[in-house]
Amino acid sequence: MKKTLFDKIWDAHVVSEVANGPTQLYIDRHFCHEVTSPQAFNGLRARELKVFRPEKTTMTADHNTPTINQDQPVKDPISRNQLDTFARNAAEFNMPLFYPLGHEKNGVVHIIGPENGFTQPGMTIVCGDSHTSTHGAFGTIAFGIGTSEVEMVLATQCILQNRPKTMRITFSGKLEKNVLAKDLALYMISKLTTGGATGYFVEYAGEAIRNLSMEERMTVCNLSIEMGARGGLIAPDETTFNYVKDREFAPKGEEWDKKMEFWKTLKTDDDAVFDSELVFDASEIEPMVTYGTNPGMGMGISGTIPTLDEIDEAGRISYMKSLDYMGFKPGEKMLDKPVDYVFLGSCTNGRIEDFRIFANYVKGKKKADNITAWLVPGSWQVEKQIREEGLYEILTEAGFQLRQPGCSACLAMNDDKVPAGKYAVSTSNRNFEGRQGPGARTILAGPLVAAAAAVLGMNKLQPTGNRIVDNTTYH
Amino acid sequence: MEKFKTIISSVVPLPIENVDTDQIIPARFLKATDKNGFGDNLFADWRYNKDGSPKQDFVLNNPKYSGEILVAGKNFGSGSSREHAAWAVAGYGFKVVVSSFFADIFRNNALNNGILPVVVSPGFLAEIFEAVDANPGNTLTVNLEEQKITNNATGKSETFEINSYKKECLLKGLDDIDYLLSKKDLIEAYEKNK
Ligand code: SF4
Repeated sequence: MKKTLFDKIWDAHVVSEVANGPTQLYIDRHFCHEVTSPQAFNGLRARELKVFRPEKTTMTADHNTPTINQDQPVKDPISRNQLDTFARNAAEFNMPLFYPLGHEKNGVVHIIGPENGFTQPGMTIVCGDSHTSTHGAFGTIAFGIGTSEVEMVLATQCILQNRPKTMRITFSGKLEKNVLAKDLALYMISKLTTGGATGYFVEYAGEAIRNLSMEERMTVCNLSIEMGARGGLIAPDETTFNYVKDREFAPKGEEWDKKMEFWKTLKTDDDAVFDSELVFDASEIEPMVTYGTNPGMGMGISGTIPTLDEIDEAGRISYMKSLDYMGFKPGEKMLDKPVDYVFLGSCTNGRIEDFRIFANYVKGKKKADNITAWLVPGSWQVEKQIREEGLYEILTEAGFQLRQPGCSACLAMNDDKVPAGKYAVSTSNRNFEGRQGPGARTILAGPLVAAAAAVLGMNKLQPTGNRIVDNTTYH
Repeated sequence: MEKFKTIISSVVPLPIENVDTDQIIPARFLKATDKNGFGDNLFADWRYNKDGSPKQDFVLNNPKYSGEILVAGKNFGSGSSREHAAWAVAGYGFKVVVSSFFADIFRNNALNNGILPVVVSPGFLAEIFEAVDANPGNTLTVNLEEQKITNNATGKSETFEINSYKKECLLKGLDDIDYLLSKKDLIEAYEKNK
């Protein structure tokens, strides 16, 4: 039988099949953070269990952490208690890979995994966070799980999962200049809707995907969950191997050679059959923004918000509820919209490449006075690189400040909340009502649109063909 | 986990599509380290004003509607993997959620907390909303053993899918961890052969 890449990895991790039920799947790497794990450790205590394979779990504090003054005690007592609980659990259960606030390996869980070489092709990876799909960029089966499942992995290094269906999405052709991976992903989600890939595991393929850097591939796979997919993956190639090589937890020497042999087999067989296949022309994509309250409500930046007759009848109440929340009307242009906040960061766009793109655009320009900008590196390693590459000076000269790593305004559990009624152009992944703070209005976009919004304000952006303003190239 | 029994109950209707987990339980309530109390903040931003007073127009604040069954528009539970969403739904007292479509992770999380997600056809869903609109006291019967849901206003029934393993877990009140722990020898054998 011809197999898809997904089938190969899945089949290699089956421990057993439950009769008329799910598969017992072995997990190679478990990532763990402070918000979705305390109840799982409580569960272990209640059952008097140890962690079965502590070295296969990597722990980092990221969701509920401040992005300033991390060297001082966390002010909010409830947040502090959650962080202390996380540390206590790590100590009590003898977890060797624990990266608390301030640790040089600390950062957003899906950024530090790849960065330290924990994420490697062919693995199964889970984490109590839906954007675990990010790691699929390396040719892994990676997906988000709930806290009960976190407990299962801690107790047995396995979970029970129903085998998802497979889908291949091919992007033929090339992306236009200044069109980024984020735009490609928002375009795809706008076509599929937020439920369009529910029940599927997606493989991304085609020329436009092959041409993406590792960072960009992570952005695309990260957003798989926003169209309901269980996860998304990309077959590993030289780009992948070059990225993984020499990272701290990557295999070395003979072990590397052995792994490489295996990794090179990780591709979908010719003639393998997917349950669903879609093809998009990458050259048709323009820079994207969202106008509503789910990531499927996206459009080309120069377009207009859909009118009611473009929406099917059953969805009109939800559609108008969404536009009311945003303070937008059907048929309006997005380019005319005001912006108050800009957020660069998150596991979607908080990697070094995103900061390069942002810095490159704002170089020699000035932050608009009315804009509050939060620039939050995904990890301390990204932070370090920003300084080493001289991006820090560029950003400061343009009037921007850098904050300390964490999830920050992606989910606004900490103080980085956009005030009610204000508009934020955000490089994160969700524009749900209240996601960035109660009443906050989120416009999702890539790092380049975010940079342009930060210096010009959205209402000054002008499209020229497939590009945004000025003729500099940023890509 | 409690054993799941047949439920006959009036419903709470929420005819909104794409209800995401950030609406079910906003992130700022995820700071707890246990599973209790989330029911009080179920749908917090739709349910309460800034000062904490109830928003009169939200269904949970409308005394006409109550029951152990939540009925929602399509694609319920999309977004985050937070199990807190399932704890909030269960904590409020719901035992069943009915919709024409569920997001994957929410469905898993619900089942792991003894909540039964029931997928019905869009037509059947519309009829439930109509029936409750006409009379808030109308009931549904959810019979897991027979995998059957009945709209008692119209007498119409539909069967729903659930894999037989999960069905048995719910009926017997067992969870996946019990099962996995019983398979430790298989796990160790797998690790050896890898
Ligand atoms: S940055 Fe956002 S999406 Fe990513 S792990 Fe943090 S909260 Fe989740």
